[in-house]
Amino acid sequence: MSGGHIPQEHYTPQSKAEKWLDHRLPVGGLMHHLNSFPTPKNLNWWWIFGGVLAVCLVVQIVTGIGLAMHYVAHVDHAFASVEHIMRDVIGGWWLRYVHANGASFFFIAVYLHIFRGLYYGSYKAPREILWIVGVLIYLLMMATAFMGYVLPWGQMSFWGAQVITGLFSAIPGVGKTIQAWLLGGPAVDQAALNRFFSLHYLLPFAIAGLVAVHIWALHHVGNNNPSGVSVRNTSVDSAKKDTVPFSPYYTVKDAFGIVIFLIIFAVFVFYMPNYLGHPDNYIEANSRVTPEHIVPEWYFLPFYAILRSIDNKLLGVLAMFASIGILAVLPWLDTSRVRSGAYRPSFRWFFWIFVVACIGLGYVGSKDPAIRLIEQSEEFKFRDPAKADEKLKEITTADKSAEAAIQISYHKEEDGESYMEYSVKHVHMAFTMKNLGQLLMIYYFAYFLLILPILGVRERARPRPDSIDADFQAKMAKKRKAAAPAAQPAE
Amino acid sequence: MKTMKFFRAAVLSVAALAAGAAPALAAGGDGPKIKDVTWSFEGPLGRFDRAQLQRGWQIYAEVCASCHSMKYLRYGDLGRKGGPEFPADQVEAIAATFEVPDVGPDGQAITRPAIPTDALASPFPNRKAAEATLGAYPPDLSLITKKRTGFHGILTQMFKGTGGAEYVYALLTGYTEAPAGFKVPDGAHFNPYFKDFAIKMLAPLPEDRVTYQDGTKATTEQMALDITAFLAWAAEPKMEERKRAGLANIIFLSIFAVLLWFSTKKLWKPIKNGEDA
Amino acid sequence: MAESTSGEGTRRDFLYIATGAAGVVAAGTFVAPQVAHMWASWDVQARSSVKVKYNEVEPGQQIVADWLGKPVFIRRRTAEEVKTARSVDLADLPDPVARNANLSDESAPATDEQRSFGKDGEWLIAIGVCTHLGCVPIMNKGDYHGWYCPCHGSHYDLSGRIRKGPAPENLPIPKLAFLEDGETIKIG
Repeated sequence: MSGGHIPQEHYTPQSKAEKWLDHRLPVGGLMHHLNSFPTPKNLNWWWIFGGVLAVCLVVQIVTGIGLAMHYVAHVDHAFASVEHIMRDVIGGWWLRYVHANGASFFFIAVYLHIFRGLYYGSYKAPREILWIVGVLIYLLMMATAFMGYVLPWGQMSFWGAQVITGLFSAIPGVGKTIQAWLLGGPAVDQAALNRFFSLHYLLPFAIAGLVAVHIWALHHVGNNNPSGVSVRNTSVDSAKKDTVPFSPYYTVKDAFGIVIFLIIFAVFVFYMPNYLGHPDNYIEANSRVTPEHIVPEWYFLPFYAILRSIDNKLLGVLAMFASIGILAVLPWLDTSRVRSGAYRPSFRWFFWIFVVACIGLGYVGSKDPAIRLIEQSEEFKFRDPAKADEKLKEITTADKSAEAAIQISYHKEEDGESYMEYSVKHVHMAFTMKNLGQLLMIYYFAYFLLILPILGVRERARPRPDSIDADFQAKMAKKRKAAAPAAQPAE
Repeated sequence: MKTMKFFRAAVLSVAALAAGAAPALAAGGDGPKIKDVTWSFEGPLGRFDRAQLQRGWQIYAEVCASCHSMKYLRYGDLGRKGGPEFPADQVEAIAATFEVPDVGPDGQAITRPAIPTDALASPFPNRKAAEATLGAYPPDLSLITKKRTGFHGILTQMFKGTGGAEYVYALLTGYTEAPAGFKVPDGAHFNPYFKDFAIKMLAPLPEDRVTYQDGTKATTEQMALDITAFLAWAAEPKMEERKRAGLANIIFLSIFAVLLWFSTKKLWKPIKNGEDA
Repeated sequence: MAESTSGEGTRRDFLYIATGAAGVVAAGTFVAPQVAHMWASWDVQARSSVKVKYNEVEPGQQIVADWLGKPVFIRRRTAEEVKTARSVDLADLPDPVARNANLSDESAPATDEQRSFGKDGEWLIAIGVCTHLGCVPIMNKGDYHGWYCPCHGSHYDLSGRIRKGPAPENLPIPKLAFLEDGETIKIG
């Protein structure tokens, strides 16, 4: 169960041309290695996302290059050039909607890919480097997405840039200096826009390079699989019992997954292209008017929630970066020797709670932190604003620290009579969105720092199959058995 | 089966995660709920009603254009496919009725009649000039139905859309008497759909504000519907092309998926029966 | 894979071929927009015809119109200049073809009559881009008093025909029309 290199039949060039080429550049051997790479035959549908992500990267780079041919990185023209793309460039709307929604779907795929790794222990020995390279790719994706979102120069672009670069100002002493350097000036302006464009164009190629390293590492140690059991690697023949060649078995299977993914993607691109975006980004950037609620793109929301959970600026920023950075040391935090969560009965509970916590953090990040989820309060309703004011004064004079406010609402009755209602709410105790975020954040960190280290020592794992082949055969037998009773009466 | 459960649960969670992303907009004071309007351009097969867009243009030109710019639109857009589709000679005639700034032969600032490639003439040279004259900046209308929302909530928006057009329609038809005791600031007008219930714009569409050439009766309702449809087109002029392309794409991808499914089944059959690859 | 397909009939092969073909179509539908967006956008296409007022041009003068990002020379020639342009022997022309987009005959001879417009052929309207490497020739310069290209020394005559130097062709004449108002030319 050591994992490690899987023996594979060697490439022998056949024709004269192949031999000629192989002698000079062993590209044929590389292709052979990639195509016939022994891949565990028991992979389930969770393993399609590597292929999906490769497609996402290509789609983003290709459509991005197209957009860059029409986009103008200038504060006076950026917004208009995007509209030019949407209205006048042939198929320009397609390029932009594919690219904008493509970013979201890239993250959907990467999150599913990461959660798969977390559940099946794909970060454990000997795949630590493979995992860490993945975390680096994820970090670069976030940087790229953030800078890309600034480019249309809408209100959310502008204020997002303001807030995110503001994170660096939290660094004691040199923070403000660093922020000014990042922006190329005292505020988000032409210099910032232009360099974000430059970097947004550059980073995807850095991602592509890291993806090559990711695949290199993968091909060195081999795929993990749902059983977590390693491929028997004593000989080519024993490895063959556990594996199938990557192509055509997984190329075709992955292609099916990719096309299903693309169908869902197409529904968004063609029928709800602005659902994942923010309407405020259709308002041109204005440095004098801040939108009422600055919300990052959905894929940053869990981290945004963590940032807002802590009132201290520096600690909030540190917690946010730590929540991402902690993934890099995960291989050493999880003490369990069993890879797959499928054989860890307690782990599975904690894992699913973790998934819910992440989604919950995303939800919290999208909402106003002041929203009261549970509250103990008194409400007084008036139609006369003067009386409402009076009541508010009464409450605040009685208790200086009281949390109270007036909310105005418009009402119209059936007979056509309308009135304004002034409601004064005196909140005695409340559990807010922010409190929920704090709870979820605590679980997030506890999962990595307490649960995984302790669970690995305490938990009794269920017996694992002897080999990948055994796992595969058992699953097939189970499937046949499930299908058989249904098939018999039909005959 | 375990994996299926895992799969299903996670798909749902990711859907929820994606949904959680949807814009969380605060309503800012509690106005009445925005009512859904049935538009011809809704749904996967939605199309704009040409006659309605032409009426809408008339309202923009005769009413809105005196304060609101639409700077991302060109006169020529009025003749393009998927829009009001005015014939080419009419587009030229329409353009020629507007004056746009240019530079004269000796370098002096002049105005000249617009041509189809010109952007719509703006009523004010810039934002500050508009604020100075009107006391508030009348927003550019090119993207108004995309930058405003009428519906909120993750699922509502998923099934009903963001409701930008519904919001504009509600606002235009929402002018009413201020309830007793509510003080509307000077120079503003009561409208329950606007932020803080007071809007600087005067009710723009009283009965018969325009005379429609096609004989349609110009009620406030009708005019509000027409201008809103026009604005929805202006914000998303490629909508028809997009929806048409989407249908073709999804049908093709579905066929491709079926083919791949059967290919995968065939390919894996011997492996699943215990043979080695 | 070869082993698993060889035994079976053609139906399996057909499935794989159909799937592969669909894959090619899918790739094609992704590539097509990447090609399409690089063509001229709508606004550029819409500018493919411009109207220019010509009524204030005096004989011996030229105005330059902007058309598709290129200069168009609109020159009102004096009677003298027209006479000079028309007295040229066709055998002296390096490019004997009219290059006039308004003629149905693409190989019409490059006589001045085939290249000029208006009363007595006083108007000479040509795209002011040297047919050598795209510089803009200068008016009234060169050995033939028409235009002279400063980049590589091409001499054009009063009819915009190449006479000397490396340029291979006469200055092309765009599609144009004199409008009924008597003061506007529509180019394109």
